[in-house]
Amino acid sequence: MNPTAPHAITTKGLNLWYGTFQALVDVNVALPHGLITAMIGPSGCGKTTLLRCFNRVNERYGGVTTTGEIRVLGRNIYDPDVSLIELRKAVGMVFQRPNPLPISVYENVVFGLRIHHPRRELSRARLDEAVERALTEVGLWGDLKDRLDARATSLQLEQQQKLCIARLLPLKPEVILLDEPCSALDVEGTRAIEELMCELKGRYTLIIVTHNMAQARRISDECVFMLLGQIIEHRRTEALFLQPADSRTADYVEGRYG
Amino acid sequence: MTDVPFQEPTGEGSGRDAGGLGAPSGSDAGAERRFVRTAFVRRKERFEAWARGVFLAMAAAMIVPLVAIVGHLTYEAWPSLGLEFVLDIPRQGMTEGGIWPAFVGTLYLVGLSLAVAAPIGVLAAVYLNEYARDNWFNRVIQLAVINLAGVPSIVHALFGLGAFVYAARFGYSILSASLTLAIMTLPVIIASTREALAAVPRSFREACWNVGATRWQTIRSIVLPNSISGILTGVILQVSRAAGETAPIMFTGAVFYKAIARGDLFAYRLDEQCMALSMHLYTVTTQVPNVRESVPYATAVVLLASVLLVNATAIGLRLWLRNRKRW
Repeated sequence: MNPTAPHAITTKGLNLWYGTFQALVDVNVALPHGLITAMIGPSGCGKTTLLRCFNRVNERYGGVTTTGEIRVLGRNIYDPDVSLIELRKAVGMVFQRPNPLPISVYENVVFGLRIHHPRRELSRARLDEAVERALTEVGLWGDLKDRLDARATSLQLEQQQKLCIARLLPLKPEVILLDEPCSALDVEGTRAIEELMCELKGRYTLIIVTHNMAQARRISDECVFMLLGQIIEHRRTEALFLQPADSRTADYVEGRYG
Repeated sequence: MTDVPFQEPTGEGSGRDAGGLGAPSGSDAGAERRFVRTAFVRRKERFEAWARGVFLAMAAAMIVPLVAIVGHLTYEAWPSLGLEFVLDIPRQGMTEGGIWPAFVGTLYLVGLSLAVAAPIGVLAAVYLNEYARDNWFNRVIQLAVINLAGVPSIVHALFGLGAFVYAARFGYSILSASLTLAIMTLPVIIASTREALAAVPRSFREACWNVGATRWQTIRSIVLPNSISGILTGVILQVSRAAGETAPIMFTGAVFYKAIARGDLFAYRLDEQCMALSMHLYTVTTQVPNVRESVPYATAVVLLASVLLVNATAIGLRLWLRNRKRW
């Protein structure tokens, strides 16, 4: 890890409980800006929970208590004057199962704009431009430019997942959280999403939760290994896989458990 | 399949495994007896057939009362049935003529009660399903809804009498009766609306939350459009309940007889009492001497037909709206 690199997200003493079950234990982590960070670990280790902390969407699921501090771009997101709406605009999430909204492709892409801007600010030209730019950025423009009125739920899964990423882009997010974005996709779809992530890197900070260690190794710059709600190891990806410092990490990346 | 030269077939169906693929050599005789019915299997199959038959018979038995009721009613009502019966007013001390005042009265009562109950019920359900957290206050609300649904209609009637007729000084009127019916249908509307809302996949809500949509934006743009068919169906199905209830309106606003013009759709004012189909059926059956025999039956047929018509509309509407949405 390069300590001088600016960090997109830092946490300090982060604890989280679902009811009485503690899902995150004293998490202290600093995730680099503009790179891809992978979070790996066996099921139930808290990686999705941690991901959901970064835009506080955890709180929508009920029964969640959090203590500690999370700074996104330097700002503590638990400060009382932080607007969750503005936070989630800047920190978007992509899910395991592609979840396009049951409206047209076009409306999916401009959904965020429509939500965050009064109607009169949104001229047709501005929306059209946003759609073209976002779809171009995720590589769907060529395929879909004549089918913008098609129902998003009728697309192939891979296209749906790209669309879910495109849906975030018009809001100019700083961070994109991806929760196992490829686990519902086939090999080609996975490759396409991975390539897209690598293209988006630099412009956005990407944080991906994955079960697939090979995927973490392929695409991530840094890697966080979690176990039982704790961060065991966080290093550059090659280092974590080749010279893990902790024996638990070593056993996990070699596939002895998980 | 190629010939299997060795092994003379020894019995029925033996050709199937005669090749002995993977079967231990020398145990071919045993292989013949593999996977055949044992006595115990035959017994299980008998039970299976028997159970299926019983369940089918019970399900099919549901048709009998429906056909019997509709058939009997229509047969008995036949001499009086016709458009004239619906449009005409009762004559000769209600022993002859039609049911127009009761028909219009029921329209008023049902329409007004749903106009009150549907918005309140739907909005309450949206709160309970989309906003409410699991705390004591919301549990009290849910408990109230469940218990309200279990209150007998005659008790609603008494409540309506006390609350609307006397306390609110609406008197015996369409307004009082409709409000009583509204309170009676509310819990069911809340329950059916919640069910419709809960059927919208959570992934849609997650998608909205994660671009920073407020709860209301999520509800308005995604949840409601995708649950409207279920919500409407639930509301419309309450029409039949409101139209059929007698007790609540009897105490609060329905009368035996009220003179209005034939075919007049705007015959009642909301602070007046009115006739109603369910009440009229009760009256002509038990309270009026020498009624033409087919009159009560024809009244029942009109009530039943209106309710079935409304339910059919609900189903049609549901199908139409469902065809427009695709997940």
